[in-house]
Amino acid sequence: MEQKSSKKNSESEKEYSVIIKNLSVTYRTEPALWNIDLNFPKGQMIAIVGPNGAGKSTLIKAVMGLVPITAGKVSIFGKTYSKNRDKVAYVPQRGSVDWDFPTDALDVVEMGLYGKLGWFRRPNSKTRNLARECLDKVGLSNYADRQIGQLSGGQQQRVFLARALAQDAQIYLMDEPLNGVDVITEKTILSILENLKKEGKTIVMVHHELQTVDKYFDWVVMVNRNLIANGPIKEVFTKINLDRTYQEKQRMSI
Amino acid sequence: MILEEILSIFLGIFTDYTLRYVALGSAILGITSGALGCFTVLRKQSLFGDAIAHAALPGIGFAYLFAGTKDSLLLMLGAAIFAWFGGMITLAITNTTRIKQDAALGITLSVFFGLGIVLLSYLQSIGGASQGGLDRFLFGQAAALIESDVINLGILSALCFTILILFYKEFKITTFDSSFGQSLGFPIKYLNVLLTSVIVVAVVIGLHTVGVVLMVSMLIAPAAAARQWTSNLKNMIILSAIFGGLSGIIGSMISSTAEGMSTGPVIVITITAILGISFVFSPKQGYLFKHLRNQRKSQISLDNIKTISDKEKENHGNI
Repeated sequence: MEQKSSKKNSESEKEYSVIIKNLSVTYRTEPALWNIDLNFPKGQMIAIVGPNGAGKSTLIKAVMGLVPITAGKVSIFGKTYSKNRDKVAYVPQRGSVDWDFPTDALDVVEMGLYGKLGWFRRPNSKTRNLARECLDKVGLSNYADRQIGQLSGGQQQRVFLARALAQDAQIYLMDEPLNGVDVITEKTILSILENLKKEGKTIVMVHHELQTVDKYFDWVVMVNRNLIANGPIKEVFTKINLDRTYQEKQRMSI
Repeated sequence: MILEEILSIFLGIFTDYTLRYVALGSAILGITSGALGCFTVLRKQSLFGDAIAHAALPGIGFAYLFAGTKDSLLLMLGAAIFAWFGGMITLAITNTTRIKQDAALGITLSVFFGLGIVLLSYLQSIGGASQGGLDRFLFGQAAALIESDVINLGILSALCFTILILFYKEFKITTFDSSFGQSLGFPIKYLNVLLTSVIVVAVVIGLHTVGVVLMVSMLIAPAAAARQWTSNLKNMIILSAIFGGLSGIIGSMISSTAEGMSTGPVIVITITAILGISFVFSPKQGYLFKHLRNQRKSQISLDNIKTISDKEKENHGNI
């Protein structure tokens, strides 16, 4: 394990946007994540890799408290998630929603602003304009009125990214945003994330294409229920660690 | 003349005292269940609606057993408590055991409905004629609606719409993408309970008119029909409410033309007819246009294959 030695709290808060301590998640009696100690450094593109069922999605969901945590603690900029949730944007897996839902692209992007609106306050022309700007950033301003089921998979993924952009957060937690998307979408998403990184924002992405990890990311987290490795790509993205992560299930050559 | 006959039936709403309240009560039901049914359908919880409707039946029996009156508000309260309870039990079974939702719904539906039938037959055996009228909640008996009933239904309906308007944004986001809604801080569990509760109220409104057995079609059919015409949630809710209300009015008018024709089933057939028409003729999704749509789809998948193969090429180039 090549985790950086933890420093004093005040210093590590400056360096890390998310600090995870002794995190365990259990579904019924099945452990999904076991005793994870992990920090996400600021201003980095971070990939989470691991085989199917390794708990990659569970890890980012646990950061937001979307799955019940059995043990451990997560802090976002030194506070609990519920106190700092406006600093976090979330892109769920594309397959997790029903794209036949009666709504259009602009409306979905606007949902990113519902958290800031709070209870009872309705979306208005201001939120509408903000949503339009975000849709424009992902190159879909011409598709604002399109029912979301009429968009291609890549366009749907970009709508999800636009919704996360509307959240205007410091940390972007994304669940396989590059899974099965077209070339244009992949390029658009990466260039937007590159800009966010330059602004000092932290991008954490569940990623399944091992051959692109060293090309796109600065930092890699390798999980298979346990944390296998965590650190800068050059140091930890090695054959040995990959073998340990994927064990017998899958051997990838890079 | 047929035209004159239809006209006289229609005018009956304004002149015939009984028909007026029957039509009004049925319209209130249709509007309420039409609007709320959109969420039932979009959450893929149609059978959940069916289960809570059936679960209401023992509530009516118990309310009568303990209170000894057929006061409609009291019976509705009993029905609401049991419907709500049935819904919560279904959710609890699904969340805490390995039993999947369809099986949990089957359990709730049949156990509660069975209990209701047992209670009703027991009441019949001890009370004789005094029980008469309770079994109308099986298939509804809109013809028995009087002014005070309609006022009660109106108040309940207004309550449902107030909650729907207040929590529209929250209901929408938790229906479309619940984990995203949760990440924004909306308490999806409480919102789900609230939405279920409002649907319970809609079911209770329907007890008098269509009864527990047919209630689910008043939740599903208007919403399914409306979805054929629009791809906007707000419009879908409005259209669904209109379809539901229309079928209530038309159904009660048709049933008034023949002695002893049950209103509830006729309303259900009317909304099903609207659904059938929508399936065939809606410009966006109707069967008539299916051919055209399929052509477009195959074009889209052709494009997709193209982009995927482009990507493959690029990936290979990079390795």
